[in-house]
Amino acid sequence: MSPEMSREIAAPADARAMAAAGADQDEKVRRVELAISSLLRIGVLTSLLVVLAGTVVTFVHHPRYLSNRRDLGPLTKPGAEFPHTLGSLVQGLQHGQGRAIVMAGLLLLIATPVMRVAFSVLAFVYQHDRVFVVITSIVLTLLLVSFVLGRGGG
Amino acid sequence: MTPLLFTVLVFAISVSAGLLGSLLGLGGGIIVVPALTLLLHIDIRFAIGASIVSVIATSSGAAAAYVRDGMTNLRVAMFLEMGTTAGALSGAYLAGVIPVRSLYVIFGVVMGYSALAMFRKRHAELALAMVPADGLADRLALHSSYVDEAAGREIEYQVTGSRIGIGLMYVAGVVSGLLGIGSGALKVPAMDLAMRLPIKVSTATSNFMIGVTAAASAGVYFARGQVDPFVAGPVAMGVLTGALGGSKLLGRLQSSLIRKVFVAVLLWVSLEMLLKGVR
Repeated sequence: MSPEMSREIAAPADARAMAAAGADQDEKVRRVELAISSLLRIGVLTSLLVVLAGTVVTFVHHPRYLSNRRDLGPLTKPGAEFPHTLGSLVQGLQHGQGRAIVMAGLLLLIATPVMRVAFSVLAFVYQHDRVFVVITSIVLTLLLVSFVLGRGGG
Repeated sequence: MTPLLFTVLVFAISVSAGLLGSLLGLGGGIIVVPALTLLLHIDIRFAIGASIVSVIATSSGAAAAYVRDGMTNLRVAMFLEMGTTAGALSGAYLAGVIPVRSLYVIFGVVMGYSALAMFRKRHAELALAMVPADGLADRLALHSSYVDEAAGREIEYQVTGSRIGIGLMYVAGVVSGLLGIGSGALKVPAMDLAMRLPIKVSTATSNFMIGVTAAASAGVYFARGQVDPFVAGPVAMGVLTGALGGSKLLGRLQSSLIRKVFVAVLLWVSLEMLLKGVR
């Protein structure tokens, strides 16, 4: 058999094997896409429900907010009191503070894309794609740095 | 004004901003910040803090749908996110340092640009094989395909200009972090023109990245105490509600006259913001 002929016979088998491997990879990618899609939707919905619950709690705890005009300034002007460290947030939650619950919901919302990136790191490990494991890890690190950086840049 | 009335007003304004934003293809952020500062006289730093959080809600909601439909190029998104997050961190940091007046001026300029950019003629889809070679894009396997519903078939495309793309994304990230907006008006042209992604893929991929970009700056704003739950809560709920409504309306509302009126309004508002910074 000439080398040309053997290549011709071998080619379809190779192509089939490659197509099968490709289909397997496509299947994996598709599964990751669907998981990311659900992660985003669930994250957004849950956090907004928490924000809504916190808003209701705020007004239940402070019936004055329904009628008193002077309460607004201290809530929305610079220097307003609200939790902006994790410690004060946990403290507020333990006291059942409405604005702490709202803040927890907002943090959950901020955390949703962060969780998506963390999940992507794992997904690329699962796909054996080392370059993208590094790329997504860099993005994740930058996101985690943001919480530390804010305090310094005050 | 009582706190209850304030909450209701902020919610109502945010619903309109989300609705208008999604009808125009801009985010809600670029509309909600001027609405809160000009109408309710909320401190611009609190308005930006609230806006950036709401941007996460709308972009993640839209991204979920685009990813499910296979329109998003996840690899391009994750590669470019290195640029956008680094930019967002720089921008959010800068926002704490530069004077409030300049925030108004920069906001006015970017808003005016975004409004006009919607009307710039898009280049026709180029022959997809004519894309200049890009070794980095090859190595990262950024090329992909998507199913175009209008054309009724799968369209393969090549990606180019990945280095220029990530540089432009850094700039878009800075603007996003500085002003508390998604800056999709900067991201889409960067991918569309510099990287030659099909326009639908550019839009979907931009949406996907906006959530992460916004999360990076939102972290800085939270730690700095600029995310006031009393403002950001109703804004997040309102903008998402409006954006959901807008996406339902979009199919029915295609009059170019309405779009022109909206753009005129946006240009006028951007001028107001500029003046507030200059006066």
